[in-house]
Amino acid sequence: MIKRQILTQGVNGSIPAPTLRLKEGDDVTIRVTNNLAVPSSIHWHGIILPYQMDGVPGISFKGIMPGETFVYKFKLQQSGTYWYHSHSGFQEMTGMYGALIIEPREQDVISADNEHIIQLSDWTDDDPMELFRKLKIQGDVFNFNQPTVPEFFDDIATSGVANALQRREMWNQMRMSPTDLADLSASAMTYLMNGTAPMANWRGLFKAGEKVRLRFINGSSNTFFDVRIPELKLTVVQADGQNVEPVTVDEFRFGPGETYDVVVEPKNDAYTIFAQSMDRSGYAKGTLSVAANIDAPVPALDPVEWLAMRDMMGNMDHSAMPGMDHSAMGHASMDKTSMDQGAMDHSTMDHGAMAMDHSTMDHGAMAMDHSTMDHGAMAMDHSKHNMGKNPLAVPSQKVRHAKTEYGASIDMRVDTPRTNLDDPGIGLRNNGRRVLTLADLRSLDGIVDHQAPEAEIELHLTGNMERYSWSFDGLEFGKSTPVHMKHNQRVRVILQNDTMMTHPMHLHGMWSDLENDQGDVLVRRHTIMVQPAQRISFLTTPHDVGRWAWHCHLLFHMDAGMFREVVVS
Amino acid sequence: MRNLTLSTVLTSALLISAPLLSLNVFAQTEMGDMSGDMAGDKMQPQGGDAPKNARDPHAYANGTTLTQGPYALADGERLTLADEYKFYAILGDRLEYNEQADAAVFDLQAWYGTTFNRLVIKTEGDVSYGKLEENQTDILWGHAISAYWDTQVGIRYDYYKEGKNRQWLAFGIQGLAPYWFELDMTAYVGESGNTAFTAEAEYELLLTQRLIIQPRAEITFYGKDDEQNELGSGLSSTAIGVRVRYEFTRQFAPYVGVEWTNKFGSTADYAKLNEQSSNDTEFVAGLRFWF
Repeated sequence: MIKRQILTQGVNGSIPAPTLRLKEGDDVTIRVTNNLAVPSSIHWHGIILPYQMDGVPGISFKGIMPGETFVYKFKLQQSGTYWYHSHSGFQEMTGMYGALIIEPREQDVISADNEHIIQLSDWTDDDPMELFRKLKIQGDVFNFNQPTVPEFFDDIATSGVANALQRREMWNQMRMSPTDLADLSASAMTYLMNGTAPMANWRGLFKAGEKVRLRFINGSSNTFFDVRIPELKLTVVQADGQNVEPVTVDEFRFGPGETYDVVVEPKNDAYTIFAQSMDRSGYAKGTLSVAANIDAPVPALDPVEWLAMRDMMGNMDHSAMPGMDHSAMGHASMDKTSMDQGAMDHSTMDHGAMAMDHSTMDHGAMAMDHSTMDHGAMAMDHSKHNMGKNPLAVPSQKVRHAKTEYGASIDMRVDTPRTNLDDPGIGLRNNGRRVLTLADLRSLDGIVDHQAPEAEIELHLTGNMERYSWSFDGLEFGKSTPVHMKHNQRVRVILQNDTMMTHPMHLHGMWSDLENDQGDVLVRRHTIMVQPAQRISFLTTPHDVGRWAWHCHLLFHMDAGMFREVVVS
Repeated sequence: MRNLTLSTVLTSALLISAPLLSLNVFAQTEMGDMSGDMAGDKMQPQGGDAPKNARDPHAYANGTTLTQGPYALADGERLTLADEYKFYAILGDRLEYNEQADAAVFDLQAWYGTTFNRLVIKTEGDVSYGKLEENQTDILWGHAISAYWDTQVGIRYDYYKEGKNRQWLAFGIQGLAPYWFELDMTAYVGESGNTAFTAEAEYELLLTQRLIIQPRAEITFYGKDDEQNELGSGLSSTAIGVRVRYEFTRQFAPYVGVEWTNKFGSTADYAKLNEQSSNDTEFVAGLRFWF
């Protein structure tokens, strides 16, 4: 039994709040006293627990009133890197977040000699609701990378009038901005590493020869970070607290709510931990070094890249290859990445051909077709699909827009979504570095449940940047009804992103087992990033009854209404 | 007279071709395909009507609501987010001084409400030698009808220092047309059967992230002569301007510009009777702001 007391005043007076180190299997009791003048709460992000302990005011409980103490009691059924934060209003944005590390009961499969928690966040001096109101008035108020007239003339000079016009045609016609990559930029935010601004240079020390585990937590309110440590390879060993087959990369992107543990093997030197924001307006940084007096160079921010056609339309070449993104749109930036990664990952290579079969053949014919395909190139295990038996073996590809997606709350719909998971995303394509994608992640054996789903739920992520409204299916939270799931019934959830922004989708109270478009379960997550015009699916088995929150973890999108309640009974 | 020609051509270009082009696209994308059958055959990324077999967004609720069903909180308590909050804005599009006329112009808009339903107040007028010469104020209910368009219904009140004040019923539409034209069009029905129509279009060209050129055009029609206020029926006046502003912040931007105004038909005749010119070129300096 472990007892802790947290005073929610910035949480014990520090940003981030104190790190909690607990042990798997323990029954924990955490007393949270609210010293604020307004109601507050603490949500244990990614933790499986009874719904009354989940800490979402208005859903799991009434919230913690000023002066009141709430006692959280639950048994820790998992281990890994997690975090906790307020789920009341914009309190999380004003510093109410901290790391939650759960040591495994058995020997940790991740071996390292040293470790550091690296919690990234964003800070504003303004009242967050005032920033939100500004976005309501002018959706692009914080975007200082908008297309300009001189750029247009440069474009004409390099690619001709027709190409320059064509490049802008769709954006201008649809009234969407190709550089709408973040609602809040560095013009409103300061990016922090462990509560420290870039100039103050947070430092983590190690001894020469040590293997160092870095527990990265994106505790920001509204910022995607692209993280790398120049000169060091990052071996990703854990995603959202769950161990994964080690995969070595140069860089990874993660959104608010996600965590990645990486192991690095630094030499007797100093390194910059560099986390640039997705919109390239700023960065958080710190130093990893053997001594306190040495630093490494800080890289320049990458150039801002325009969203590509695949971010707007998904997969244009739908009829031929829904699984791959080889649409010949004439964008030089588009194809190389998926080609390269396709070649690396044979399971992805197969999607095009496989998915084509779905659209044109029945399952019997499909089995025949396999025999004619080059099995040598196929890494996939078709036996576990049971295609002839379960109609839900593979996620449905047919796009079903909701009735409510035709109104004022949404500014676009995607009819031909892309379903491949091997795209690192806007700004990371073809950057010369090996960037982690969702297709790279595999839970370590034994974590993921391979049971087939018994039901399928399709929801679309929607929004209107001009009105600054965000929703599921065009319905903001206040107009929505809950999504009901049967207790212990395995269900597939399809999330299709009908917006041009990336959304980190966080489902409380149960795991989200990400699958590919062939129904192969890949990795267990609590927060899944869905890229523009992408359609992803995951399986979940709600083992705990109650009411749960489900939302985009970009705090402003959540508060604008991209939020659903889930009822498990 | 050269100015008249230039500005008339430019006004026509901006006010007729661009918005009409936009309206054409508007009709296609916002109003939908009237055939009503587009179940996946045609790509239509914006607007349109929901096909009959569109998915029911409440289909997964199984009878539960935010306050009812298993495990709902007691006393009907539930989470409320910003989609149910009301916000406000005050936008000063033009607050400018005209050196030649020693007159000031103001053009302000304010709103209060939710994302889709708002109280909208628009007021614009001229101040000369410290006295309000003319003022037009619209008090409207703005209602979102599509991604980029709001209908605006309400009343308008005109004040004339010399002349007769007028009241109107207003029926308008305001929004963002394809290719980023900001449009505001309103039809009015007034006392003794007079009618009016005004349309305004604005566009923005970013030279840098902060230095912005804004062409603007305005056109006014009346159904009948209003002798007391010296307004004639038919095309009454146009104004076209180009302003260059520098956004010290997005919310605070001083500007300089030039505006050509023209009077037509009987309105021009009234001006001539008063020995006023029916077309003017004015240099302006002002401030654009919002908060």
